[in-house]
Amino acid sequence: MTQRTHLGVRHLLSAADLDRDAAKAVLDTATEMAAMAGREVKKLPTLRGRTVVNLFYEDSTRTRISFEAAAKRLSADVINFSAKGSSVSKGESLKDTALTLQAMGADAVVIRHSASGAPHRLAQWVDGAVINAGDGMHEHPTQALLDAYTMRSRHGRVEGLKVVIVGDVLHSRVARSNVHLLHTLGAHVTLVAPPTLLPVGVEAWPADVSYDLDAALPTADVVMMLRVQRERMGDSFFPSEREYARRYGLDAHRVRTLPDHGIVMHPGPMNRGMEIAPEVADSARSTIVEQVRNGVSVRMAVLYLMLGGMS
Amino acid sequence: MAYRTPAAPGGEPGKIIASSADLARILDRIAHQILEKTDGGRDTLLLGIPTRGVPLARRLAARMEAFEQFKMPVGGLDVTLYRDDLRLRGARAVGPTDLPAGGVDGRLVILVDDVLFSGRTIRAALDALADLGRPRAVQLAVLVDRGHRELPIRADYVGKNIPTALDESVRVRLTEIDGTDEIRITGKEEV
Repeated sequence: MTQRTHLGVRHLLSAADLDRDAAKAVLDTATEMAAMAGREVKKLPTLRGRTVVNLFYEDSTRTRISFEAAAKRLSADVINFSAKGSSVSKGESLKDTALTLQAMGADAVVIRHSASGAPHRLAQWVDGAVINAGDGMHEHPTQALLDAYTMRSRHGRVEGLKVVIVGDVLHSRVARSNVHLLHTLGAHVTLVAPPTLLPVGVEAWPADVSYDLDAALPTADVVMMLRVQRERMGDSFFPSEREYARRYGLDAHRVRTLPDHGIVMHPGPMNRGMEIAPEVADSARSTIVEQVRNGVSVRMAVLYLMLGGMS
Repeated sequence: MAYRTPAAPGGEPGKIIASSADLARILDRIAHQILEKTDGGRDTLLLGIPTRGVPLARRLAARMEAFEQFKMPVGGLDVTLYRDDLRLRGARAVGPTDLPAGGVDGRLVILVDDVLFSGRTIRAALDALADLGRPRAVQLAVLVDRGHRELPIRADYVGKNIPTALDESVRVRLTEIDGTDEIRITGKEEV
């Protein structure tokens, strides 16, 4: 077998850390992990005696539960650390927490933080593997991996797929990680957003940019809707929600212009009626529930490959 | 050791212990022995351990079917996630596990592997099997037993006992994977 069995990195901070072989190793391993989920005994002894800390400085439902389920299915000990409500300033509290985790001997730290770059800082303070579970407006590599896994399971491949990512690219770590990973895996990405919701320097990303959703849909194998992140918006980025939905929302009418095999993805949580119409979210084309299920398998693969390659 | 012969110039290092014809005869014998000990393969299934145990199990099943005209269920059991050397050796590629219809409950499961060495792979396989169900009994068939067990495990069917030194390596090659059938032994310095 020629499959790579390590990711080539000690920490998973950015989707750009993974080369093509490493990304494929995660997807292939996740396929086998998914097969285990259908068994009567879902638990594997693989990471027995290892400790995985979930360090969440920001709200999350699916990502935290997904990492917890993944670590537990591999028999790791899981410590959930919710830092919400901490009054200590961010820099100090992160370092103090890091020293605590270091003292406890955490083998892996899964971190979500509202500050971009927090996982990078943490990686300098702890010996264990740091896995970025979303940092500010920067990256969310395991989300990109589970999205790529979902595309592969629906289309049989990622290479050559036309993927359209729509909406609040500016605030989206999901979009950033997906652009890196999909480029690595050979897909063609088109970003569609109002000019105000595109980040500075987007022209340097390995993706096309368009302002016209209707023009992009007829050739799209995958359309990925991004959540409009109102909690990160101090100013007005678009005139009104109604206008946003009319120009950039995926409604039943627009979905019909997709090719027959086109799928609709959303990382969740959704603003139903804004970036995605409820009937589209619940349609057969939608992979939203599948993405959540695939998330556990993909995170099992990441934990296995990262903790396995550590010694 | 006696097997440590120098490489022929331009050839592959080591010594061939069994040729393609030898291998065919060995598998014929094991297939007959299994049929004899299992009352014609009743309630029996073969599970190969990847990588080379899987084609071996398929070959054994095909032979038994040819000898006695019945359908021998055969599958593969990946043990990677049950190994005890993750910390020592690092992650390995996880292979597929496929069980024949009906599963393992109440049946006689015969594990099939190419080389029996420390016994740790078989220990992992027994754990993996326990998570899949409760077989009536478990037996083990191996093409080569090279000794040096580190656990109280032995095979029920052995193709060839090959005494080896710890630093020697036994390589089984199968047409399905390697393009040729042979068992070869090499000294460490020759690999």
